[in-house]
Amino acid sequence: MADGQRVAVDRGPGLGAETKVVAHQKIAFAVMAIAFVLAPAVIYPLFLMKALCFALFACAFNLLIGFGGLLSFGHAMFFGTGGYLAAHAAKVWGFPPEFAILLGTAAAALLGVLAGLLAIRRQGIYFAMITLALAQMIYFFYLQAPFTHGEDGIQAVPRGTLLGVLDLHNIYAMYYTVLAVFLAGFLLIYRVIHSPFGQVLKAIRENEPRALSLGYRTTHYKFLAFLLSAALAGLAGSTKAIVFQLASLTDVHWSMSGEVVLMTLLGGLGTVFGPVVGAFVIIAMESYLSELGQWVTIAQGIIFVICVLAFRRGIIGELGHWLKKPL
Amino acid sequence: MTEIFGVPTQALFGQLLIGLINGSFYAMLSLGLAVIFGLLNIINFTHGAQYMMGAFCAWFLLNKLGVGYWWSLALAPVAVGAFGMLVERTMLKQLYKLDHLYGLLLTFGLALILQGLFRQEFGTSGQPYAMPSQLSGGSNLGFMFLPNYRAWVIVASLVTCLATWFVIEKTKLGAYLRAATENPTLVQAFGINVPRMITLTYGFGVALAGLAGVMAAPIYQVNPLMGADLIIVVFAVVVIGGMGSIFGAIVTGFGLGVIEGLTKVFYPEASNTVIFIVMAIVLIIKPAGLFGTQK
Amino acid sequence: MRKKAIIGAIALALGAIGTAHAQVSGGVIKIGVLSDMSSLYADIGGPGSVQAAKMAVEDYGAAKKGLKVEIVSADHQNKPDVGSAIARKWYDAEGVDVIVDVPTSSVALAVTEITKEKGKLFLVSGAASSDLTGKACSPNTIHWTYDTWMLAHGTGSAIVKTGGDSWFFLTADYAFGHALERDTEAVVLKSGGKVLGKVRHPLNTQDFSSFLLQAQSSKAKVIGLANAGGDTINSIKQASEFGIVKGGQSLAGLLVFLSDVHGLGLEKAQGLIFTETFYWDQNDQTRAWSKRFAQAMGGKMPTMVQAGVYSAVIHYLKAVEALKSDDGGKVVAKMKGTPTDDPLFGKGTIRQDGRKIHPALLVEVKKPSESKGPYDYYKIRSTIPADQAFRPEKEGGCSLVK
Repeated sequence: MADGQRVAVDRGPGLGAETKVVAHQKIAFAVMAIAFVLAPAVIYPLFLMKALCFALFACAFNLLIGFGGLLSFGHAMFFGTGGYLAAHAAKVWGFPPEFAILLGTAAAALLGVLAGLLAIRRQGIYFAMITLALAQMIYFFYLQAPFTHGEDGIQAVPRGTLLGVLDLHNIYAMYYTVLAVFLAGFLLIYRVIHSPFGQVLKAIRENEPRALSLGYRTTHYKFLAFLLSAALAGLAGSTKAIVFQLASLTDVHWSMSGEVVLMTLLGGLGTVFGPVVGAFVIIAMESYLSELGQWVTIAQGIIFVICVLAFRRGIIGELGHWLKKPL
Repeated sequence: MTEIFGVPTQALFGQLLIGLINGSFYAMLSLGLAVIFGLLNIINFTHGAQYMMGAFCAWFLLNKLGVGYWWSLALAPVAVGAFGMLVERTMLKQLYKLDHLYGLLLTFGLALILQGLFRQEFGTSGQPYAMPSQLSGGSNLGFMFLPNYRAWVIVASLVTCLATWFVIEKTKLGAYLRAATENPTLVQAFGINVPRMITLTYGFGVALAGLAGVMAAPIYQVNPLMGADLIIVVFAVVVIGGMGSIFGAIVTGFGLGVIEGLTKVFYPEASNTVIFIVMAIVLIIKPAGLFGTQK
Repeated sequence: MRKKAIIGAIALALGAIGTAHAQVSGGVIKIGVLSDMSSLYADIGGPGSVQAAKMAVEDYGAAKKGLKVEIVSADHQNKPDVGSAIARKWYDAEGVDVIVDVPTSSVALAVTEITKEKGKLFLVSGAASSDLTGKACSPNTIHWTYDTWMLAHGTGSAIVKTGGDSWFFLTADYAFGHALERDTEAVVLKSGGKVLGKVRHPLNTQDFSSFLLQAQSSKAKVIGLANAGGDTINSIKQASEFGIVKGGQSLAGLLVFLSDVHGLGLEKAQGLIFTETFYWDQNDQTRAWSKRFAQAMGGKMPTMVQAGVYSAVIHYLKAVEALKSDDGGKVVAKMKGTPTDDPLFGKGTIRQDGRKIHPALLVEVKKPSESKGPYDYYKIRSTIPADQAFRPEKEGGCSLVK
């Protein structure tokens, strides 16, 4: 993996250029963490938990596209696999929540290995189409498999007691558990981005032939990034299944893959905090504007169009550009 | 009666014919997509919504203006094509210098907007569209009853596909177009208005989608979501055929219709998914597609 | 004198506190209409259900009786996760006391669980799964209008009795479709019929030609459509294209609503036989109500689901007024203990397992020549008495039935 060499990147302030952990990102992280710790006092915790799960999902997705340069159209397969396996483990096998979530994550990682082996040799649109094809096949599998109960989904999943002590039926206990999972995942991604591995990944995204000529086995790096992204997406899905006590076909449908693209694009591709913001905005739109019915879909479409035409850096990207510091 | 895998041969022929009919739609739609991608390098995710607009246009023409099917076959594609050209002029133009994937995201967003607007207006129950009287009824072919309209669909689709292929591959206009994609500056230096050509070509590809929509109106429900699940299938067809290849799109469209038809007999639940299985296999073995060339 | 006054005042105060417990939570009765507002079932329930609920509150005269009633609505988009999130939010954060409608079985199953957990009330009008009063029954849920057992038995046995004794099923490949097929198959076999084959199509299929061809070659007398919404409409439309009915086979719609027939047109839908529990043109009372409904809904006549919402809300309000409380558990008990009576379904009862009982109608779609105008679509072939229309209480496997 990492050759121990630091790849010197000096491109001034801008997206993905910094290698050191910079002070302002630490401050941003602290602000975010404190905000989340205090939020349940004013905002309905169930909404926050949903947003946190999707934020983790978007961060995982962003790892692949923002830093690896690979657009996956099938990420829902990892999210949904995590959800289904965790739900089944908790409900039918009676696993305690921490093991159910671990199992879901492991299942998603395994799927990531298989999908990665098939997809990683392709680029651009072909990579996207292979991931879409695989995701459709996974969707079909879950549709047919009896354990998922088709469109009813796996319902009444028990939340259980965490580590034998914390009763997750208490909404605050559940919330802080989800927050802990999210922060852990976020920090892991952060660490990866700012490691030598992350540097090579960025180099590959910028110019793969050059990275190859420098001696890096680019396929391996991309594969590992894919695997990590898949596993973390599975973690997000597993946690969501325990929170909502439900795993359904929506989580593996291709429109879910489209939604995570939207969240990441809106927040800012390739930024650290972008996916979190993007996820919150989209989930807030869906929750609070749900009475408007179809206008939510139309609004999402408009956001896509505006982001692509005029707002390509996304919310955090524009903010970072304005502050001249990468976020 | 002989049987193949437990299905009587007569019934099998019927299914193959039906597969060809469905293949006609796939071919026409993927043709439009292939033209747009192959010549313009735009990934047009709005294609499904434009197909839907063609069907709604026909419905509107018939139910509000009293204009019949045969006129709609000409008018609706023009209307949808004009809409497409507007989209190209105002939005897509700015994305040519960027990564393809932005084009995909933009057109995906457009599809969401269009589908949302139509749903808001029309709901999802679908609108009925009357079968044109000249094509109703059918003939008994012995192994199945073939509605006349469905036979017409195969014929019309074949004619449209072959005509398009001919224009692009064999005529001067097509040659200009192909040259313009390879080297726009040089072609422009020869005095040909490249941007206008690109706009017209996008409009043409979109018009093909609209035409497919009109043809679908009498037999499928005219509803705002008719293109939504179809678009990823059509994409798969184009990818399998080879993203730049017109011929590949046509052949794969018909071929996949047949494969899907056979799946409906032997394992019907999988009929929506078999196309993706084929796509995954093709992409792994021959990533440029069956008839495509690696760009 | 002063002592008496003080004691009197204290007594009054205590009395006020005492009765406060028996009052409505938050001073308002909040009814949440959770339905599919924008997709497959929007015409079956949707905004029409909201209208029906409003009419129920008005007709009941809640304002005159001093009850404050508020109606909120949301779109569950036929997704159990969306539906359950809305239900939770409503119960936790918005003081909703009762949820009505929910025309999708998978969402209804999720909402039943949450309602039980929170001790509220769930009046299902739209969803069909008979599990809601069977395996998944709950003391906080009442299943109004209809269910899959009623549909299967009503339609299935009636058709077999009239000679349709060989069947071929066209089933939506979804848990709901499988359940409908299974229930109907059981009825057909019990009534002495045969099932010659079945084919399962993916949900939201555009093209049924291949499946219809298989149905044709089976030579079954009846093709049972175990699907719903757009799939049913498409199958019927294309069946007429392929000359299925002309060729001598008949179509049995296992789940068809007035709005589906309207979408199809009588030309294509004529001759279809199925079961419903409400039709706007049944009697003077239903006609009067439906005309009022149609005026507010741009001319659309109500479906049985929307009528069910009206009936359920009226009965609910009666119970709340009698109890002076909107505590879920108590209201359910009161509703189950009181016979129902409304202008739409007539007299009925609610069983222990949460199943509302009323007569069912076997209807046939009119020929175009027989119809006098829009929505004049059904001939009522027969009425199935309430005690025969629904599954016997003991057979459901509901834990509430002793």
